Amino acid sequence: MATAVETLRDTPFAIGGRTFHSRLMVGTGKYSDNETMVRAIEASGAEIVTVAVRRVDLDRTKQAGVLYHLDPKRHFLLANTAGCATAQDAVRYARLAREAGFNEFIKLEVIGDQETLLPDVQGLLEATQLLVRDGFKVLAYTNEDLVTALRLEDAGCAAVMPLASPIGSGLGLLNPYSVRTIKRRLKVPVVVDAGVGTASDACITMEQGVDGILMNTALAAAQDPVAMAHAMRLAVEAGRTAYLAGRMPRREVAVPSSPLEGMLD
Amino acid sequence: MNDTIDITLNGERRAVARGATLLELLASLELDPRAVVVEHNRTIVRRLALGDVRVAPGDAVELVHFVGGG
Repeated sequence: MATAVETLRDTPFAIGGRTFHSRLMVGTGKYSDNETMVRAIEASGAEIVTVAVRRVDLDRTKQAGVLYHLDPKRHFLLANTAGCATAQDAVRYARLAREAGFNEFIKLEVIGDQETLLPDVQGLLEATQLLVRDGFKVLAYTNEDLVTALRLEDAGCAAVMPLASPIGSGLGLLNPYSVRTIKRRLKVPVVVDAGVGTASDACITMEQGVDGILMNTALAAAQDPVAMAHAMRLAVEAGRTAYLAGRMPRREVAVPSSPLEGMLD
Repeated sequence: MNDTIDITLNGERRAVARGATLLELLASLELDPRAVVVEHNRTIVRRLALGDVRVAPGDAVELVHFVGGG
């Protein structure tokens, strides 16, 4: 079925030489149960799905792994290095993730502050260099700082992922100007990661012209995650289409929509 | 002679069969080798090599997999 976006000749969404059909990427954390997670992912239309690397819980059921619920043939599994505080830790987690055998993509997180979960940009750059040298396609979660984004691109990131607001905060896009500037200046895809809280946040974020959005808590912590996933799918498409359509200029004064001629005396 | 040795498995001390390979260790834990990644003394052991590597006393073994995350 032809969509409005196709009519507008959108460019394919490609990262690291792979093309993806959805600009919405979703996480798999914090759902109340796995069935809700699976249905929410389905409703979101997302192809890229993030997962974390953790120890197998030897005392619990073996069903705890997320792959018992996700079909790796249908979803592109993007492993993250969430929880890592140093470049060395992040590289270790990335290598373990790659060994699982799905792909060489990694969502790189190097956390510098536990309260805000803001990235350690020095560790991020160091880890990016090591991982790129090791053949990884790195998608780096970063703050909305242009200079860091440029350095991540120079270091070989396949995509740069500035935050909308802190992870899990749901505060929405706090700095549209910075995100827009990063998108304008980078050649690699810019995917906003973290902070989106509801559909309008996703729509406004996509209207900045970024290539995609990654979200988790906005779905998992919604009252109805499946319905919110559907709303997010529509919002991402709406925001992308509005960006491609090109919005009207903002004016400080009113301009009438109806003719001034033909008014009665 | 004691037929078990102590290793550190996922951060906890555990007695395992002396001379066991990593593949045998997974089997004893009823874990499918295709569903976990094994790190032995900080080195990743590829799936096909799991039957070749034996654990020694004091070894550190990590068994990881994918869980839900953002």
